[in-house]
Amino acid sequence: MDMISMRDLDKKTIETIFERAENIEKFGYKERKGIITTAFFETSTRTKLSFQSAAKHMGMKVIDFVPETSSLVKGESFSDTIRMLDNYADAIIIRHPKDGSARLAAKLAKHPVINGGDGANEHPTQALIDIYTIKKEKGKITGLNISLFGDLGHARTMHSLLYGLAMSDVNLTLISPKGLEPNAEIIDEIKKEFKTEIVQKYEPDFTDADVIYVVRVQEERFADKYEAKKIKEQFKLELSDLKKAKSNVIVLHPLPKIDEISAEVDKSKHAKYFEQAANAVPVRIAILEYCMGME
Amino acid sequence: MITVEKISNGTVIDHICGGKGKKVLSLLGINENYPHRVALMMNVPSKKLGKKDIVKIEGIFVDVENANLIALITPHATINIIKNEKVEKKFVAELPEKLSIGKCPNPNCITNFEHEFEEFIKSNELYRCSYCERLFKGAELI
Repeated sequence: MDMISMRDLDKKTIETIFERAENIEKFGYKERKGIITTAFFETSTRTKLSFQSAAKHMGMKVIDFVPETSSLVKGESFSDTIRMLDNYADAIIIRHPKDGSARLAAKLAKHPVINGGDGANEHPTQALIDIYTIKKEKGKITGLNISLFGDLGHARTMHSLLYGLAMSDVNLTLISPKGLEPNAEIIDEIKKEFKTEIVQKYEPDFTDADVIYVVRVQEERFADKYEAKKIKEQFKLELSDLKKAKSNVIVLHPLPKIDEISAEVDKSKHAKYFEQAANAVPVRIAILEYCMGME
Repeated sequence: MITVEKISNGTVIDHICGGKGKKVLSLLGINENYPHRVALMMNVPSKKLGKKDIVKIEGIFVDVENANLIALITPHATINIIKNEKVEKKFVAELPEKLSIGKCPNPNCITNFEHEFEEFIKSNELYRCSYCERLFKGAELI
């Protein structure tokens, strides 16, 4: 089974994956056989290494495809490259700068394809890790007040996360600079499909938040650099912001973070983004087991 | 009132939104090399649409598949199939459930870089690219 988009998943499938991940955390890993290939056509630290770590924990072998030293350099097409990887591995984990590349790979390959990020489109395994972390930290997902904070228009993780959170019946507050709101079509779609409560704000306000999910405001998106500097300062999460929030609010971030969260927040009890990154291993083991049809 | 003579064998497409008649002809591949009679009436007063276009094409019988593509340009157009100067069949163009034509308008969609057949799936009144998952209006795809 492939994992390309959150639209392909339902609530029951997500619960099954989370149950597996919880059991892996409690009881450890089962020994598995097989080979996975990590085919990353773009940079990655956490997604690639945590998939490799997940597979190695399970006792599986990993082939790392390196685009720079492959026949892509000679002009071999993406499609032919996928056909070759499909010959050598039992599952393909892919990241590629073009939207829809993971779906195309899934159509071409006989073995499961797992999307590790396709252009600006989807990053479903990251969304599963994010939601799993919320569940683990808060003991539930349904009914929580979740604030998404920063550049919500360009972050790839946002499409998948919005869809996944909407499926989980949460109250969403979107806090972004004007013009960096999430894609209106996605908001309309999830409002129609899941009847999710969504509030858009343009000023930081975390009064009711149980979870603050931060994404970076990217300076390169602004023509006016002075304006960018002002907005970045306004959309930086400081410890003082958290003092005005609920005492048990948690802060998540898909990482890498640059300067959008102050170092003081890192050291606070609220910061859960390093735990979130650690959760990538059990969740991705569960995803590999699920996609590769392992009992 | 402008009158246009009847056609003997062909298709009359009525209730085309005003100004879209030319695009409908183009979609059907009717150009200056088409050998038979073609009439295009533009901006005809209409109770339903305010202004409508009508096209009469001698020599081709538009099938349901092509008629549904017309719906992408002008929803609810009426297709009349004429045989021996009589209406043999009349139906309304409806948006197709699936489209396998055109190119994805998203310039970053992988289908614009690889030789793959594009496919768009109807989602409410819009179409979703089955690769990049973006939504588009039907008219953007033809």
